[in-house]
Amino acid sequence: MIRLEMPSLRTMALATVVVLGGAFALAFFYAPNDADQGFVQKIFYLHVPIAICALGGFILAAIYAIAHLRTGNPIHDVRAYVSIHMGIIFGTAALLTGAIWARAAWGKWWVWEEPTLVSFLIVYLLYATYYPLRYAIEDRERQARYASVFAITAGAFVPLNFIAVRLAESLVHPRVFATSEGGLPGEMLFTFLVALAGMALLFATLMRFELAAKATRGQISRLRRALDSEAPAAAASRIAPGGSG
Amino acid sequence: MAAFRTILAKDLRVELRTLQSLPAMALFAVTTFVVFRFGLDRTSLEGSLAAGVLLVTVLFAALLAINRLFVAERDEGGFDAMRLAPIDLSALFAAKVVALFVYLLVLEAIALPVFAAFFLDDAAGLLPLAGVLALVNLGLAATGAVVSTVGVHSRARDLLTPLILLPLLVPLMIAAGGAAEPLLAAGGPSYDEVGKWVGTLALYDLVFLLVGYAVYDFLLED
Amino acid sequence: MPALPLDEAGKYVAGAYVVFVALLLIYVAIMAVRIDRMREELSDLADLAERKARSTQHAAGRPQAEADERSREVVG
Repeated sequence: MIRLEMPSLRTMALATVVVLGGAFALAFFYAPNDADQGFVQKIFYLHVPIAICALGGFILAAIYAIAHLRTGNPIHDVRAYVSIHMGIIFGTAALLTGAIWARAAWGKWWVWEEPTLVSFLIVYLLYATYYPLRYAIEDRERQARYASVFAITAGAFVPLNFIAVRLAESLVHPRVFATSEGGLPGEMLFTFLVALAGMALLFATLMRFELAAKATRGQISRLRRALDSEAPAAAASRIAPGGSG
Repeated sequence: MAAFRTILAKDLRVELRTLQSLPAMALFAVTTFVVFRFGLDRTSLEGSLAAGVLLVTVLFAALLAINRLFVAERDEGGFDAMRLAPIDLSALFAAKVVALFVYLLVLEAIALPVFAAFFLDDAAGLLPLAGVLALVNLGLAATGAVVSTVGVHSRARDLLTPLILLPLLVPLMIAAGGAAEPLLAAGGPSYDEVGKWVGTLALYDLVFLLVGYAVYDFLLED
Repeated sequence: MPALPLDEAGKYVAGAYVVFVALLLIYVAIMAVRIDRMREELSDLADLAERKARSTQHAAGRPQAEADERSREVVG
């Protein structure tokens, strides 16, 4: 895996603000209006990057999970957990913005004819079971191992799922959002790429943030365990001042 | 190889003697057909509706077997025995996949004729349908064996196993439905689309057999 | 469906961006609650550690005195 020197959280946050803010500005002031969908198409610059980052997060989790099973180092398990957590959050945002876009462009809040939306929903439902899985297994080591197996299996599942759903729809209905990939005019493509970069930065920043919070939580638990085990002794010597022997 | 055969023989013998899963699966399937007859208010089915009813019934009957697949190993210490024995742990996975495959074959041997009697006007598509179902069984068995192992070590195992399993099975069901629908069409089976769906089924089976085989050791570690 | 007129379209687009910002802010709020809880627990632990440090100082005095007492008895 690439081992870069990670920039600080502050730098990442600032970069996110700049790039994402810039992307939104480009979307509204620079990119032209779509011929078919009009102004509604602006949601594209929000919805599609979010969805891509969600899926990226799930794939990332599979990579971390493989690393975890191969090395046994729990840090990879934590990273996989947070990747999936972020993937679910971004996935929720993708589904909600997708529904709004569907309603605005096609009059319905949900369209079964759009294979990308449908396969995304299925992937989302699968990864949502990650939490019940972890909570249902008590032994920490086993929980981490099973979670990694899940992340790998689910990662293998994602492309299969997209293929199957795409096959199911291609005959009966034409692709609804066929214009959303490739074949974009230059200004739209550029804006889209900036938005994608901004969302990726947001994902990375939030992941960093969450990992830092988790690590801190872990240290606090360590401290509590260390202090609690000695506290009873301290208490005893406090309440037995007069006793001798 | 020997371990695989032993475990498989043990499972099939136990099932034959105690009849824990198979009668329940068959009964469940037939009763579900009756429910569908009234729920849909139809006495004859064809095409996608027939495919849907059949596949959903097979799916949920499979869940019954999958839930129970590893309960004996869990309760009687079978997992520990496997770990101590000098065998390749993937033999357990292979044996369970084949066992589940066999249960599903037996289930379909009963359910398919009943389904045809209840709902189908002509049985011409049944033989190719049985072939499609064999591929579906393989996918159900591979995925079911992996998820069942995970679920059996958890607390709410009857809840967790179907919860994780169902989304994983969606592409399999999509492909199965796609293949079954033309085979059950009103005017007799047509084979136009079946090729690409059978290909997808085979791909799914391959992927999940490989993934299951690759990760199974990690599931069995203590 | 023909493209929505600008005023209607604007509401949907705004709605989508509002959802995005709202989710982001909800996340920030949840993190804020977690950090608050961590701070509280940290200050609890700081108190605990301080009390422990103080009582070890007291206790350090006692066992030594009792040991002297006993050794004096033995020696007679």
